[in-house]
Amino acid sequence: MRLAVVDTERCIGCQSCMFACSRRQQEGGLASSCLGVKSIGGMERGFMVIVCRACDNPPCAKICPTNALTPRDGGGVKLDIAKCIGCGRCKDACIIGAVFWNDERDKPMICIHCGYCVKFCPHGVLKLEKTREVKQ
Amino acid sequence: MNSSYLPSNILYIDLSNNKFWIEERPEVFEQYLGGTGVAIQLLKEQCPPGCDPFSPENPIILAIGPLTGLFPLASKTIAMFKSPHTGNLGESHCGGRSAIAIRLAGYGAIVIKGRSSNPTYLAIHNDKIHFRDASTIWGMESVFTVGRIIRENEPGSGLRTIMRIGSAGEREVTYASVTTETYRHFGRLGLGAVFGSKRLKALVISGKHSLNIKDKTSYQKLYDDVYQSAVNSPVMQKYHDLGTAENILPLNEIGGLPIKNLQLTRFEDAQKISGEVMAREYLGRRLACSHCPIGCIHIAALREPYGDEPYFYKTSMICYDYEPMYALGTILGISEPESYLKLMDEVEKRGLDSMSTGVVLAWATEAFEKGIITQNETNGIQLRWGDYKNYIEAVKSIVNKTNEFFHALAKGVDYAASQYGGKEFALSFMGNEMPGYHTGPAAHIGVFIGARHSHLDNAGYGIDQKILVNRHLTPTELVEQLLTEEYWRQILSSLTICFFARGVYTPKIVRNTLHSVGYDLTENDLRKIGEEIHHEKYKFKTREGFHIDDYHIPNRIFDTPTPIGQFNRDFLIDAVKILKEKISEW
Repeated sequence: MRLAVVDTERCIGCQSCMFACSRRQQEGGLASSCLGVKSIGGMERGFMVIVCRACDNPPCAKICPTNALTPRDGGGVKLDIAKCIGCGRCKDACIIGAVFWNDERDKPMICIHCGYCVKFCPHGVLKLEKTREVKQ
Repeated sequence: MNSSYLPSNILYIDLSNNKFWIEERPEVFEQYLGGTGVAIQLLKEQCPPGCDPFSPENPIILAIGPLTGLFPLASKTIAMFKSPHTGNLGESHCGGRSAIAIRLAGYGAIVIKGRSSNPTYLAIHNDKIHFRDASTIWGMESVFTVGRIIRENEPGSGLRTIMRIGSAGEREVTYASVTTETYRHFGRLGLGAVFGSKRLKALVISGKHSLNIKDKTSYQKLYDDVYQSAVNSPVMQKYHDLGTAENILPLNEIGGLPIKNLQLTRFEDAQKISGEVMAREYLGRRLACSHCPIGCIHIAALREPYGDEPYFYKTSMICYDYEPMYALGTILGISEPESYLKLMDEVEKRGLDSMSTGVVLAWATEAFEKGIITQNETNGIQLRWGDYKNYIEAVKSIVNKTNEFFHALAKGVDYAASQYGGKEFALSFMGNEMPGYHTGPAAHIGVFIGARHSHLDNAGYGIDQKILVNRHLTPTELVEQLLTEEYWRQILSSLTICFFARGVYTPKIVRNTLHSVGYDLTENDLRKIGEEIHHEKYKFKTREGFHIDDYHIPNRIFDTPTPIGQFNRDFLIDAVKILKEKISEW
């Protein structure tokens, strides 16, 4: 299963999904959130909803010098936090900015595609899908 | 209690000396929760008695609460300051991303004092505080442009608030607002002018801290309950659907909608500017504040041709809500949505409070109609009901204070009427221009006795429509009802819960959410704290020269019938007496 963005135009920018992600990790606030919602230069123009796309051959894992990030079955990556040295190369390698950074722990935050955030999107912006649906 | 769950850090900023420091004050959050409760304590400490609102000594206090960042809809920031508009307690609430940004930058409150020697904007990114030179953006015509520039110049996209003032704030129009995230405001009582007097153009705050949770299991469960009750409640749904604009038709129907400076309370043209029409013809996007799943913010898309060449258009995204539609619409006799939107856009661009601006223009129009003022005063601008183009010119003249008359208008309707006459139709209560409810005595008495003279202090308009239409209340009963509501609202605003969510945050839910962050309070304790916070506000008002006997209620309020009949002056006098006795006990 992987997390997907259905339609960013439905997003009202409430960021409930970001808070849900933190809560799943037993935290409040946003330090550990693994997805992001921000305006496209002014809220009147709508929002970017940034989630891990679960790439088949993930650049973040390829660049990791310690094998802390490894490809996960079905797409995306797994993080072995014990191996991570916090170098930040994974973050730079993700061109959509979906490797988030926890400044308090100085470690990357990696989406595990659990879908908890989907339950807290009031307008159906997010969904979990089995395989990537390619729109024709 | 364990204060690690509280937002105890207070950031102090001294603009005169470019200094800042942080103090930990858990005790004030323990005793007064946050928001309004904490802000009034800080205001008492920081604002010297008798302080001139435009002096460097007047503090700007911004406070959030212990639920902010943990529970949905605790999404407001409470600002307190001495108001340059009324010369007394200034309190204004704002959403957007402001509350989340302050909490996740690591603060429970921010206190700004002093005056910068040159235009400045403050950038607060977690524990890094920058005093940035704002000379280049000072005097810029549009507050929208200021927002764009700061967005490009600062980090923290998605996690930040950008509070900024327009030219109205720079020029100290006493009802200038502070805008955040383009569409939300610290609207009332002139916080923008206080920013301007400090040469503070903007305040950017960003942060993404984590927050500790005391009992993780019960927190998740409680969160889900609050969230589900918010998204499934029909009461909340109306804020998302048509938004507050849905009030236009029902208020018109009962005859409680102020039109043409409250000479009328219903008109056929209400159909043209209803919430339904706005949604059908103009609604372009709905937005939410951070950590609020409702999305009550309604933005209209207005497409206009430039006119100087073919096929050349601009599309403006302009906010609408009931109160600005009343103030920049119906009270000015404007019933064309496009006219309202264009006037609203101008008011937003300059950074004025839409409600005070509309009431000021409505008084000026009637004064012009009656010949109390002429084109000599208005510099040739013909003020006529419904004529939005001339209203736009008048707005520019107010901000630029182009002559003595517009200078007076820039100080509000009370001041203008004191200089030119027409007090009997200058619609304000204790110096603050009236909101859009002529529903009955409770609406007006509520604004009159409310600590910040806002319709949201105690929602008297609700008592009119729910109780007084059916049965009589004595003045004592009415004052008791209004105060009971206002006491409870001190708890909500101390937790910085949006008043739209008052049905979600019942006393039981409030107690439980507070329990989850370490407070052990009964519902009765909460009511007592609410009452105390309210009394603290009144004590500040009294300290700053508030006398209940100094009131003036314009005749128009009594002359124009409400849906429940004519508002009786004796009823008001009795209510004042009751309040006066109470104040002496506080």
